[in-house]
Amino acid sequence: MLHVLLIVFLISLFYMSIANRMTTYVNVLAMQGILLFFIAFIELKHINTVNLILILLETIIFKSVAVPVFLRYVLKRNHITREAEPYLPNFVSLIITTVIVVTTILLSNTMEESYLDKMYFVVALSTLFTGLYFIATRRKIITHVMGYLIIENGVFVLSLAVGNEMPMLVNLGIMLDIFASVLILGVFLNKIGDVFKDIDVNQLTNLKDY
Amino acid sequence: MIVVLYLIVSILIGTTLFFNRGKAVNYTLIWVFIALQCAFTVYTCMNYNKTDSTYFTFDSLGIIMLLTATIISIPAVIHSHIYIEESEEKTPRSRATYFGAMVLLITAVSAAYLANHIAVVWIFTEITTLSASALIYHHRNKLALEGTWKYVFICAISITFVFIGILFLSLSFAKGGSDDLSYKNLLAHSSLLNLSWLRLAFLFIFTGFTAKLGLFPMFTAGVDAKDKAPGPAAALLSSIVMCMGFVGIFRFYIVVANTPLLHWASLVIGIAAFLSLFIAAVYMIKVKNIKRMMAYSSVEHMGLVMLGIAAGGIGYYAAILHIVLHSFVKSSLFFQYNQIYRIYKNKNIYQLGNYFKYNNTGAIVVLLAFISVTAMPPSGMFVSEFLIFRSLFESNQLVLLLVVLLLLTLIIWAFAKNIFKILFIPAVNFDESKVPVVSPWRSLSQFILIGGAAYLGLNPPLIFVDLIKDSILLLPH
Repeated sequence: MLHVLLIVFLISLFYMSIANRMTTYVNVLAMQGILLFFIAFIELKHINTVNLILILLETIIFKSVAVPVFLRYVLKRNHITREAEPYLPNFVSLIITTVIVVTTILLSNTMEESYLDKMYFVVALSTLFTGLYFIATRRKIITHVMGYLIIENGVFVLSLAVGNEMPMLVNLGIMLDIFASVLILGVFLNKIGDVFKDIDVNQLTNLKDY
Repeated sequence: MIVVLYLIVSILIGTTLFFNRGKAVNYTLIWVFIALQCAFTVYTCMNYNKTDSTYFTFDSLGIIMLLTATIISIPAVIHSHIYIEESEEKTPRSRATYFGAMVLLITAVSAAYLANHIAVVWIFTEITTLSASALIYHHRNKLALEGTWKYVFICAISITFVFIGILFLSLSFAKGGSDDLSYKNLLAHSSLLNLSWLRLAFLFIFTGFTAKLGLFPMFTAGVDAKDKAPGPAAALLSSIVMCMGFVGIFRFYIVVANTPLLHWASLVIGIAAFLSLFIAAVYMIKVKNIKRMMAYSSVEHMGLVMLGIAAGGIGYYAAILHIVLHSFVKSSLFFQYNQIYRIYKNKNIYQLGNYFKYNNTGAIVVLLAFISVTAMPPSGMFVSEFLIFRSLFESNQLVLLLVVLLLLTLIIWAFAKNIFKILFIPAVNFDESKVPVVSPWRSLSQFILIGGAAYLGLNPPLIFVDLIKDSILLLPH
């Protein structure tokens, strides 16, 4: 069951890499939050109940409700066009995501005597690199933020893998999630929307060296 | 308990500053904080090598960095006071936010120096991102927003990287049998660390901390931030925050150096350091904005520091000496920058010039700081740079040494070209009639900092040498 959920998580990345519309991205992020909820629920058996409730609440309320709702609000308020406008065609995106996944699988095979379920490692690292790839190839600031949220989800998967032995690290991961998301989404995405009317990274090129 | 007390009181002062917009209250509180910071520093020195509140140890590296931070924070507050009072767009709100963020930044950085647990360092690194972004956004215009956004975004990604590194570290330590990731415990059980996980952990932690250290690959965030932050805040960003990035990498490097991965880790650091030097050289030649030029010079110096670490031997000693001296000199250059800006109202090198005519004392500071930053002989940084070159020579990296020297020549040429233009060549279309008179006393702190750097470099007090030697004791020689 755990592996099924993790693989669905991985598939959601492929879907995201060929998606065209901004709302699809938001929906996939919300779905990833729900998947993380179930993964955490199944995986974290040896953790005390209060901590588990905290983690589950974070995934379900923060990741799959609050953040998507806020992203929709930002999309609406700033009249962001519905197209994602990637620099590269979707087909290339799909190939690159595949290459990333295959590379992480190969990398996971080189790690000897592992205490970790390799599935976690593959899913987490591919999510991380796909998120970075998203940041590098999308034109809008809000898609950069979504790329960052994908990275956060990948980190969360990885922290669940060690969650039974070191629950402290899962809590730190949650702290990172909330802190960075609030800082990035709340304060600056709003402000940037006010100052720059159409939020596109091409407008953020005034700090130059010459 | 004392560290927790210090943190609580500082955070209280910070939040009170944030919410209380009264001028007298603001300035009283900031000086109360500086008094607290000094008292705390003295306390840590008196309790050398003791552990406080489980997660903080007053070890030699922490004490060196904390002393540096405290010394720099005093002039930083003085110059911030001048800066805020003379700024045209001052509002009670921006002043309160500025000082609140500054208190939070200095506190977080000090705590990160002393933390003995990698996760605690990570938490305080997060807090510095928050407080630094408030400082960078001080002017609240489009460009400041752009700089802040880039800083926040890149720092958020790099903090995530450090966290991933910590997760890999915990996997690497799975055999260790305990969940205690403090440096001491890791060192004691370094033979139990799984090397392939440790490799990944080091890559991620190193990459993450480079955003704070100002090294390749994440250096861009720091350059934009120093460009847009007010002068005194930029001085803090280019000194004490960089030291924090250094502490983050160095403490973990000690752990890695005690495993068979020593040479591999040195190679990684060496490549990043060399690329930083190369990038700094390329940009220094092109750059026309004096503040960005100073920021790229910081990238260059961090490259040198990490080259010292990568070379090993005497390089470890030289690296710590160099980063301390660089903090003093670069912060004084950024303090001086505000006086330059007051006269010319511009930071483009074409619009600056003939500085000796308008502000004699300030021009001498710029000249002395230039001599120090380019590590010309009478300055203290000459000694540390020379030791770094020696360590490269002793580790038989002759080709690297030659290329580094070549790059440094380019950097010195570019730096000198711009600084001498500012000092001696008249500016185009500059209206001389409205030049404000700047009191020479405002340059006093810069003289003290540059003089202190020369003293520490040329004739280091025995206790300072002992502290540095003690902090590199755990590295293989």
